[in-house]
Amino acid sequence: MARDRNRTDKPGKGVTRRGFLGTVGAGAVAAVTGLPRPGEAVPEITEPKGMVETALSINGRMHRLLVEPRWTLLFVLREQMGITGTKIGCARGECGACTVLMDGSPRYACMTLALEAQGHEITTVEGLMDGEELGDVQQAFVEEDAFQCGYCTAGQVVAAQGLLAANPSPTVDEIRAGMAGNLCRCGAYVHIFRAVERAAKGRGKGGGR
Amino acid sequence: MLPKFTYSRPGSLVQVANLAARPGTRVHAGGTDLLGCLRDGVFGAESLVSLSGLSDLRGVTPTSGGGLRIGALTTIAEIAANDAISDRYPALAQAAASVASPQLRNQGTIGGNLCQKPRCWYYRGDFHCLRKGGDTCYAFDGENQYHCILGGDGCYIVHPSDTAPALAALGARVTAVSAGGRRTIAVEKLHVPPSTDPQRETALEPGEILTEVILPPPPSGLRSSYRKIRERASWDFAVVGVALALVFDGHTVTTANIFLSGAAPVPWRARQAEEVLNGSNLDGATVERAAHAAVADAEPLAHNAYKVPLFAGLIKEQLTTLGGGT
Ligand SMILES: Cc1cc2nc3c(=O)[nH]c(=O)nc-3n(C[C@@H](O)[C@@H](O)[C@H](O)COP(=O)(O)OP(=O)(O)OC[C@H]3O[C@@H](n4cnc5c(N)ncnc54)[C@H](O)[C@@H]3O)c2cc1C
Ligand code: FES
Ligand code: FES
Repeated sequence: MARDRNRTDKPGKGVTRRGFLGTVGAGAVAAVTGLPRPGEAVPEITEPKGMVETALSINGRMHRLLVEPRWTLLFVLREQMGITGTKIGCARGECGACTVLMDGSPRYACMTLALEAQGHEITTVEGLMDGEELGDVQQAFVEEDAFQCGYCTAGQVVAAQGLLAANPSPTVDEIRAGMAGNLCRCGAYVHIFRAVERAAKGRGKGGGR
Repeated sequence: MLPKFTYSRPGSLVQVANLAARPGTRVHAGGTDLLGCLRDGVFGAESLVSLSGLSDLRGVTPTSGGGLRIGALTTIAEIAANDAISDRYPALAQAAASVASPQLRNQGTIGGNLCQKPRCWYYRGDFHCLRKGGDTCYAFDGENQYHCILGGDGCYIVHPSDTAPALAALGARVTAVSAGGRRTIAVEKLHVPPSTDPQRETALEPGEILTEVILPPPPSGLRSSYRKIRERASWDFAVVGVALALVFDGHTVTTANIFLSGAAPVPWRARQAEEVLNGSNLDGATVERAAHAAVADAEPLAHNAYKVPLFAGLIKEQLTTLGGGT
């Protein structure tokens, strides 16, 4: 398979999901050291062990939190903030399960340092809700039965949201190209593309958000 | 989890350059290549200095000479969507559109694309290969179906960038700034072949920051294109690719610039093919000769001889397309 040629993972190498989750507890209670003082001259440098204060705008709310510089946005969303709609798939920029919007454009939260998300508007799948109702893209996925196991779905929905924001009436080819960064191991692509088309048509009629 | 590092995001280029010159420091642009390398332990970093505080390095603007300046932090998506680039330098727009996936194009920058590390599976894996300071290239006798057919010399990677061959064909230059000053480097000279030094990819010195790409004004009669062949259409690196920039005077090609991706450890200038084309018409026989000349010196490894006819076919196809209507 094409993607395999970029990797030589052997069993036991790399971060397993279990190992990844196992490190969370320790990180969350790590000592708060190396905090920059207000007004300290830039550039500020954090000690390797240090946590830094940051503020992230997520789904329209500003969250102040302490992060390690090496923490990705994905890790912070899921493991520090409990916003678990965004999924971990490959953790290497290859699958799209972790797709979030940053200032409206889709990108991979696994390849984004939390500190790099400062100053940007982050939207996760939770942020696509319309109050208690599903947002239009979410609803279109339900209506087109655009998933099987559902693992990729949050990423697909967020990618579709970003695609439609940039191109409200995409052609089928534009949908395929626009969704190319999201893999579905169940192969629900035909339904996924139909769901995006449905959402686009709905907006054309003045529906949607 | 990534290894621990310190992080800073200065607001001025001078501060970035000063910090970047410190040993153990890596520059972070979009992070799409850097974070993968750190996660896989390809190299370590004690500290990262982020460029994202430098808003001057973002965006596409005309130069006084009639060309374009592309700031190093301009994203690949912005380049693919830029009208001035699509109109005047289609090879670059097409190359940018063919990079990675939509998400990675939104995040990855042109500076990072030019400075990215190779994708060889031995280099990215647990092998202490020549490029990582070891004494052998494991690809030479190993699984080398995606490795180079030209320019291999101790190390047999292919350069992974799609934009580099397009920029080289278009005669682009980059500006590199360090604490010590500034210099410009032709994109064609930016990448270091293994015969010169198998352990570095670019001519940038530690602490040198690539700040911009300068495209010269397109000569009248310029036609350009980039096309890559990959194993699947959704996203993938180039198995073979070709950037063409041909200047026409009527039906005659006055200057041909041809750079290949997926061929060599650096974007590979197909000089023999250029020589066939310079001063000629793009008739069928010339196209055929040029396509074969491009790979005449190829020395395939055990598993990548298929690239030779694939390159010849691709070059023929692209020359024919570009020559259409002449
Ligand atoms: C799944 C996947 C698929 C991909 N597919 C493709 C593809 O098809 N084609 C392709 O061309 N690329 C591909 N890439 C590579 C992708 O990372 C680059 O295209 C991207 O443009 C890198 O930019 P960045 O800003 O994210 O770089 P970063 O990751 O931030 O940096 C990359 C390297 O360059 C250095 N660097 C960055 N900016 C500067 C600067 N201004 N001055 C000095 N040094 C600098 C960094 O220190 C680092 O070593 C792919 C990557 C992934 C993960
Ligand atoms: S988890 Fe981020 S792309 Fe797969
Ligand atoms: S629905 Fe199972 S991975 Fe897409």
